[in-house]
Amino acid sequence: MARVAAPRRPFLGHSYNLVGVVASLVILGWMLIAIFAPTIIPHSIGDIVDDDYFGPMRQGLWLGSDYLGRDMLSRVLMGARYTVGISLAAVCIACFSGVVLGMIAAVTGGWLDICLSRFLDAMNSIPSKLFGLVVVAAVGSSIPALILTLAVIYIPGAYRFARALAVNINTMDFMTVARVRGESTAYLIGSEILPNIIRPVLADFGLRFVFIVLLLSGLSFLGLGLQPPLADWGALVRENIGGLPFAAPAVIVPSLAIASLTISVNLLIDNLPQKIRDRDA
Amino acid sequence: MTNLVEVRNLRIEATTDAGRVVEIIKGVNLDIADGEIVALIGESGSGKTTIALSLLGYARPGCRITGGEINVNGKNMAALTEKQRAKLRGTDIAYVPQSAAASFNPSSTIIEQVIEVTRIHRLMPPEQARKRAVQLFQALSLPDPEGIGARYPHQVSGGQLQRLSAAMALIGDPKLMIFDEPTTALDVTTQIDVLKAFKSVMRAGGIAGVYVSHDLAVVAQIADRIVVLKGGEVQEAGTTAQILSAAQHPYTRELLAAFEPKPRQAHADADAGTKPLLRIDNVTAGYGSVRADGLPLIRAVNSVSLVVEKGRNLGVIGESGCGKSTLARVIAGIHPAAAGDIVFDGRQLERAAGKRSQDQLREMQIVFQYADTALNPAKPVEDIISRPLAFYHGLDRQTRSKRVDELLDMVQLPRTLRYRRPSELSGGQKQRVNFARALAAGPKLIICDEITSALDTVVAAAVIELLKELQRELGLSYIFISHDLSVVEAICDEIMVMYNGERVEQITPDRLKAPTHPYSKLLFSSVPKLDPTWLDGLVREPELVSQYGHR
Repeated sequence: MARVAAPRRPFLGHSYNLVGVVASLVILGWMLIAIFAPTIIPHSIGDIVDDDYFGPMRQGLWLGSDYLGRDMLSRVLMGARYTVGISLAAVCIACFSGVVLGMIAAVTGGWLDICLSRFLDAMNSIPSKLFGLVVVAAVGSSIPALILTLAVIYIPGAYRFARALAVNINTMDFMTVARVRGESTAYLIGSEILPNIIRPVLADFGLRFVFIVLLLSGLSFLGLGLQPPLADWGALVRENIGGLPFAAPAVIVPSLAIASLTISVNLLIDNLPQKIRDRDA
Repeated sequence: MTNLVEVRNLRIEATTDAGRVVEIIKGVNLDIADGEIVALIGESGSGKTTIALSLLGYARPGCRITGGEINVNGKNMAALTEKQRAKLRGTDIAYVPQSAAASFNPSSTIIEQVIEVTRIHRLMPPEQARKRAVQLFQALSLPDPEGIGARYPHQVSGGQLQRLSAAMALIGDPKLMIFDEPTTALDVTTQIDVLKAFKSVMRAGGIAGVYVSHDLAVVAQIADRIVVLKGGEVQEAGTTAQILSAAQHPYTRELLAAFEPKPRQAHADADAGTKPLLRIDNVTAGYGSVRADGLPLIRAVNSVSLVVEKGRNLGVIGESGCGKSTLARVIAGIHPAAAGDIVFDGRQLERAAGKRSQDQLREMQIVFQYADTALNPAKPVEDIISRPLAFYHGLDRQTRSKRVDELLDMVQLPRTLRYRRPSELSGGQKQRVNFARALAAGPKLIICDEITSALDTVVAAAVIELLKELQRELGLSYIFISHDLSVVEAICDEIMVMYNGERVEQITPDRLKAPTHPYSKLLFSSVPKLDPTWLDGLVREPELVSQYGHR
């Protein structure tokens, strides 16, 4: 894959490029919207405000109306709250537990490593949508259940990734020095290993966030996610899919929202600011 | 044009990641006559490899040849296109890399790789190339010249591989050979064979050579002229005899001085009746599956005993693979012994470090060869040094900070370095930080595993001086593991020679001239001397060589 060398500019000892800056602005924008959505939406998400369904964009209804004549702008803004919030919570749980378990397995080795690895490999082999289906069938669909399901699905991946990185660090002499010093496992993973793998782990965190957004949207599209009148972006696409023949903004806008968030996160990961190591500059 | 190589006012620049341009080579002039061997010598970062590579018209990624002429055999390498240069590489100019092991393809046979040059340049038919290769193997005194080509790179030893890579370079009949530290990674006993082979083929073929090295003694054996470099500039140039006997430049003198370490003055307070600090009895350790008798399949250390007295130093010397590093790891408890006793300061130690008490761990520290991997790259120096202070001594933040300053003073590093990360330090500085961390624990015994091997001669000599000084101040004991006799000689009261996992002899430095065990004899006689005639005059007993040399 040929990478376009975007111009890099130095700032605060790091070099940035334009793509990364734009991507992070988009992400920041969605974050702010997710936080302040309840105070900025023009209409309540359940109110039917239009006489027609799949109404076009016009003054007052900036993004048109949905299949019931509800305000699309409000629904997309509130959707950001659910999509970003649920995904973020899930990715935090998944990455935290995965990375901690991965580092412990790498440092401890032996039976613990074998058992953990095989167990999580087994978890990994369950198709994610099927797993979601089973969980929803068993315990019903609620926000905590969704978060936990998504987290459990992505723990094995985060574990594998962190373990692979930590195993490499574990063979370094400074790990031997720390061990001979008599350090505890908690110190070894937190203070010796983590600082060395934090950058790839953060990149993995972003990537996993994207996967979870897409899976959440997929689950909602299948009707397994949030239940009406709440709706995340995936659910918005599904409920308005009937508007496709009419070129209704109601189906296009949430799709664009998903695309803008996931693509931005991806671009940011590829263009993270790099520390300038040339210290005399 | 009179000389084979004429380099005029060569300038090479590099661009850093902040976009800053650094001049690495600052206007170097260099002449090499036909059949002459010129050595480029200097510390790491002096630009010696960069100059050698520029003779191939090659600059490493991020570097650019920005000025000057590089005339080789009448062609200006700096001005040619990449295609034209490629035509000359392998035929006019050839390169022998530092690590032959890393430059052979492990998945094809040696002969295929040796004759590859003739195929690329269409010099001769494969059959003829094979015959020529066998002749070269003979000339380089490789064993079994007919059959060795059919082997794979992992089936021959390091010294043989280095000679095979010379054969690869020679097959295109070059006029100029570039050797990039070809013997640095080899044991002294092997180094001799390789040097002898190089010297004879170069002389027989009348080939000119550039020999890059930081080891003055090795260079003295093979080079006609020596060029001393520092900071990308030529400091001094002259014939080998001139440089060795009448060096003008201070840096050259420093290099020469570093080669002859000051003899260690005998301990005044060495009362023989003191209790031993460390005693090891019949320790055996190794790798692989454990057999019925409780011993491992492959024994790296075989029933070794040793004694270290308080305030005195023990040197352990031997070639690579003799088990000396495993011995260090066994003592430190990193690699638990399979059998034997370790008694430290009058108390029996557990074999595994995990079972030893915190005080026992604190009193015995180990310092590793590669400071790069022994220091956590993600932490500033301050954190690295203050961790043992917090862990063993429970000092609070302020006391710790003061102590870090003291420790940095002790290892003669500027205090401002405490905010840097290991990647921002030089090799010698890293090794000092590595040592400061061991000192921070307040140990009685420090095990030094090849700590100067990755350092330049001058820097290594400074580190050794530092160790001696610290010993006077703090009353430490060292176990000093090395393959470099001159280093061990400089600092140790007793020297133990190891071969094949066993202790073959223990002697004192003043009796170095008269070792009794045959392996020690071979080892000690193989250490290069500054005398340029040493290699030619060296006579080794053939039965010793066949018994212990890995040819």
